[in-house]
Amino acid sequence: MIAVDGKIEQIIADFPILARPTSRGKRLVYLDSAATSQKPRAVIQALVDYYEQYNANIHRGVYELAARATAEFEQARVKLARFIGAETNEIVWVRNTTEAVNLVAYSWGNANVRAGDAILLTELEHHSDLVPWQLLAQRTGAELRFIPVDERGRYVLDDLDALLDGCKLVACAHVSNTLGTILPLDVVIPRAHAAGAVVLVDGAQGAPHLAVNVKALDADFYTFSGHKMLGPTGIGVLYGKHELLAGMPPFFSGGDMIRKVGYAQTTFADPPRRFEAGTSNIADAIAYGVAVEYLQGVGMEWVREHERALTAYALQRLAEFEPRGLAIYGPRDPAAISGVISFNLADVHAHDLASILDTEGICVRAGHHCTMPLMEKMGWSATARASFYIYNTEADVDALCAGIEKAARLFGI
Amino acid sequence: MDDFYRDYILDHYRHPRNFGHLERIDAQAEDLNPLCGDQIRMELELDDGVVKDVRFSGKGCAISQASASMLTERVKGMKLDDVAKLSKDAVLEDVGIGISPTRMKCAMLGLRVLKSAAIGELAGWPDEE
Repeated sequence: MIAVDGKIEQIIADFPILARPTSRGKRLVYLDSAATSQKPRAVIQALVDYYEQYNANIHRGVYELAARATAEFEQARVKLARFIGAETNEIVWVRNTTEAVNLVAYSWGNANVRAGDAILLTELEHHSDLVPWQLLAQRTGAELRFIPVDERGRYVLDDLDALLDGCKLVACAHVSNTLGTILPLDVVIPRAHAAGAVVLVDGAQGAPHLAVNVKALDADFYTFSGHKMLGPTGIGVLYGKHELLAGMPPFFSGGDMIRKVGYAQTTFADPPRRFEAGTSNIADAIAYGVAVEYLQGVGMEWVREHERALTAYALQRLAEFEPRGLAIYGPRDPAAISGVISFNLADVHAHDLASILDTEGICVRAGHHCTMPLMEKMGWSATARASFYIYNTEADVDALCAGIEKAARLFGI
Repeated sequence: MDDFYRDYILDHYRHPRNFGHLERIDAQAEDLNPLCGDQIRMELELDDGVVKDVRFSGKGCAISQASASMLTERVKGMKLDDVAKLSKDAVLEDVGIGISPTRMKCAMLGLRVLKSAAIGELAGWPDEE
């Protein structure tokens, strides 16, 4: 399964937390990377280096420390731009995907969406790519529409052109955080553009796991978070086409985003700094740059193939429990999903299952995964979710299955 | 935590006592745990300030449903004033096994809803009092 002998062992050795046993003395089996990923030593070290060696504010000081901090911070922007095939001035630093979506909803949305316009989402959206658009629709009188999914969480695109009629904006998850479904952006984006709509892709679960080139995709906005892709919390990226960003008013305002300020009037800096008011999250941006360098070193094609193979193995192993009431949700084709599997064991509630797995050192998410409308549509009150990343192995899947076996025994299944 | 899933807990989970609805409802409340979506509803029939009958309904994990079920057995015949004063220790005594901090809200949901019914407004979380 693993392309290069010893590569996975090298990767695992780069993550200090994976070598720490749990409080019960178990090996940590971390299967919740869709919530947040673990961090390699190089990323942690980058944070320490900034604070120990060149901590200073950026874009203002004339002394050497400030110059180095500014250079490292702006170099991180270059690294992120290269990672997704963008221009450097199209990378706006934000706290996370949620902030990026809100920035677009308020800045671009307030200026461009009018009563009677439609905003097209999908039924798989995370709350962070749903609630900001509900609020925009309430502010403007726009109508929300949804690309439907079938009972296995596969997109139904038959009526796409009708859904796009009158649409100002399409906002859609590249990868579903609950079911792993990959949206065929190569189908949706050209048709959205043909209908005159701008497309925002919520890449929170896409950028960490799939090779992304925003120019090849022709996405207008692409949003993603550092902490789900080996980087720190509190730093994320809004990619926007330069001509779109250049036409947008500020979202937050204050220092660092201005050109000239008078007591009565202010002119604003060009993007991306127009959208970066106040002192930025310097350390985390720099460490995020190190994280994407690490991913490029591993190779995003390798990441995808590793996760696809591991998902195929997990689907096959989990299927062994189906005769005893294990329900597996989402598409069953490993090529159609990205390292995420939602499931339930008979009448064992997902929280009970997760608690029992926890006693074996296995971390899975249980609940509604911030997709409550999807859960309601499907009739699931909660699901357990295992999600994979570069440091997971077949041994982790085997541990998961042993944990499920324990839960089945405790519940007399 | 795996100690929690004992036979009597699973028995209350799969065969909850006093589950359903009352014909005569003198006090009632319902709430959910927004973190996990567990839901509990409690209905009380009163006779001179005393709980004559009780029913609960809802959905959720074994911890939330079993602790609610056991609670209904405890409060039948109890004065409403005493129901309002029940502490988390009552629930922990009923379940008989340590609850991990991450699951404490699950165990306390039933008590919170019951106390809400008793005092006529949403009660606080018993584990935070």
